[in-house]
Amino acid sequence: MSQALALCPYLAVFAGRLQLTLQYRAAALAGFATQLWFGVIRVLIFAAFYAGGAAHAPMSLTNAITYTWLGQAFLAFLPWSADPEITEMVRNGAVAYERLRPVDTYAWWYARALAWSVARVLPRAALMVAFAGVAMPLVGLGRWGLAPPSSFAAAGLFAASLVGVVALSAAITQLINVILVATMSDRGANALAGSVVNLFSGMVVPLAFFPDALRPWLRAQPFAGLVDIPFSIYFGALAGWSAIGGIALQFAWAMGLIVLGRWWLGAVMRRLQVQGG
Amino acid sequence: MNGFALYGRYVLASIRMQLAYPASFAMLSLGSFLVTIVEFVGVWALFRRFGQVGGWRLGEVALFYGLVSVIFAFADAVSRGFDVFGSTFVKTGAFDRLLLRPRSPALQLLGYELRMTRIGRLTQGVLVFWLGLAMTHLHWSPWAAPILLFAVMGGVALFSGLFVMQATLSFWTVESLEVANVLTYGGEAAAEFPLNVYASWFRDILVFAVPIGCVTYLPMLAAIGRADPLGSPAWIGPLAPAAGFLFLGLALFTWRFGIRRYASSGA
Repeated sequence: MSQALALCPYLAVFAGRLQLTLQYRAAALAGFATQLWFGVIRVLIFAAFYAGGAAHAPMSLTNAITYTWLGQAFLAFLPWSADPEITEMVRNGAVAYERLRPVDTYAWWYARALAWSVARVLPRAALMVAFAGVAMPLVGLGRWGLAPPSSFAAAGLFAASLVGVVALSAAITQLINVILVATMSDRGANALAGSVVNLFSGMVVPLAFFPDALRPWLRAQPFAGLVDIPFSIYFGALAGWSAIGGIALQFAWAMGLIVLGRWWLGAVMRRLQVQGG
Repeated sequence: MNGFALYGRYVLASIRMQLAYPASFAMLSLGSFLVTIVEFVGVWALFRRFGQVGGWRLGEVALFYGLVSVIFAFADAVSRGFDVFGSTFVKTGAFDRLLLRPRSPALQLLGYELRMTRIGRLTQGVLVFWLGLAMTHLHWSPWAAPILLFAVMGGVALFSGLFVMQATLSFWTVESLEVANVLTYGGEAAAEFPLNVYASWFRDILVFAVPIGCVTYLPMLAAIGRADPLGSPAWIGPLAPAAGFLFLGLALFTWRFGIRRYASSGA
C-alpha cells in the first residue's frame, strides 16, 4: 500500500503531461503531413536505388520501405532535445522549486519525459499506420506501403521492443536535461543530440547499410535500440533469441543510462546555480 | 535612406545581436552543420552498397546535393521574418506596429533577422559540393559559373517565395503553419537528388507546381554539360532559374492581397 502511494505523484505527472500534450491536435496533423512527405521521398529514393540492382543490398526493398514508414510513424520517440518546459524552468530560475518538491527529481522528470514522447507519438503513429498500413494497400499501393509484421511472434516481440524504445528514449532525454541544468543552456546538448541520435539510431539510413565491419559495434551502441533494433524485429531480420537479445540490450542500456543520469542529476542539483528571478 | 541602406542597417544590427552570445552562436551553427552532414553520410552509405542511382554516381549527386543545400541555407537565413510571421507578428498583434512605420512591411520583415547560424548548413553545402568536384571529372560548360550563380539567386528567390506564401497564409490562420515545412524543408530534401530518380508524378510536382527542379536540376545539367535523361531541351537549363523569380513575384502578389484583408488580432 505505501509503495503504491509512493508511486502516486509520478503517475499523476505522467497522466497530466500526457493529457496536456495530446491536446495539440494541429501540431500532430502538421507532423503527420511533414513525415508523410519525407516518407514518400525516402521510399522513392530507395526504389530508385533498388531499381539499379540490389545484389549488395542488406535487406529487401519491401523491408526497406517498411523500415521507412515505421521510422516516420515513431519519429517523435527520438530524443533530439531537452524537455522544453525544463529548458524554460532553467531559463527563468523556476528550476529551484524542483528541489523543494518531496519527490525524487529524476523519477519526476523521467515520468514527464515518458508522457511527452508517448503523447506526441500516439496520434502521429496512428495516422501513419492508418495511411501507409491500411489506406495504401486498399487503393492498390500495398507494395509501397507499410507491410504487416512478419509473424505473430514478431508482432509480440515488436510490442515489447517498443516499450524498450520508450524507456531508452526517456533515459536519453534525461541525460540531455542534466546537461541543460549543468550548463544552464540547452544550446550545447541540443546541437549535438539531433545529429548523433539520427545517425546512430538508424534513422538516417538503416544501420545494415553501413559497412559490414562496423555492424557489431553499431548494433551494440545505445542508439540502435531507438530505431534499428525494434524495426528489424518487426520484419523478422531479428527473430527468436537474437530478437530477445536485442530487447535485452535496449533495457540494459536504458537501465545503465538511468543509473548514470540519476547519479549525475543528483550531483548537479546539489550545486545548482539559478538564474533569473 | 533608401531601402538597400535600411536593409544594410537591419542586417548589421541583427549580426551584432547574434554575436553578442558567441558560444550560443557557435553551438547553433555547429548543430546546423552536423544535423545536415549526417544526412550526406547516409547517402554515402547507400552509394557504397548500390554504386549508382538513375545513372548518377556519388560525386555527381554530391554536386546536386551541395547546390540545393547552399540555396536553402541562404533562403532560410534571409527569410526568418516570414518563417515566424504567424506566431511572432500576427498572433501577438506586433504586425500593427510594422504597418504604422513608413516603410514596406516586406522590407521590415526581411530585416527582422539574418540567421547567421545557417552558416552551418552553408558550410555543409559547400563541403559536399567540393567533394563532388573532387570525385568527378566532368566536361564543365564554359558558362558553368554564371549558370550556377543564376541558379543560386533563382533558388533563393524561390524558397524565399515559399516562406512569403507561408507568411501570407497566417493572415487567415493566425498561426505559423507548420505544414508549410513540407514545401520548404521537404522541397530542399527532395532536390538533393537529381530529379530523374523520382517517379514521374513526384517529378511533375517539383517542376510545375513548385519549380524547385528549375533552380537545381535543370541548371546543374547545363553546367556539367549533360543531356537531360528525361529529354528536356538543352537551352532550357541556363534560363530555368528565372522561374524562381517568377515564383517570388507571385508570392509577393498574394502577400499584398493578404495584407489588404489583414485584421489585427487585437492583442
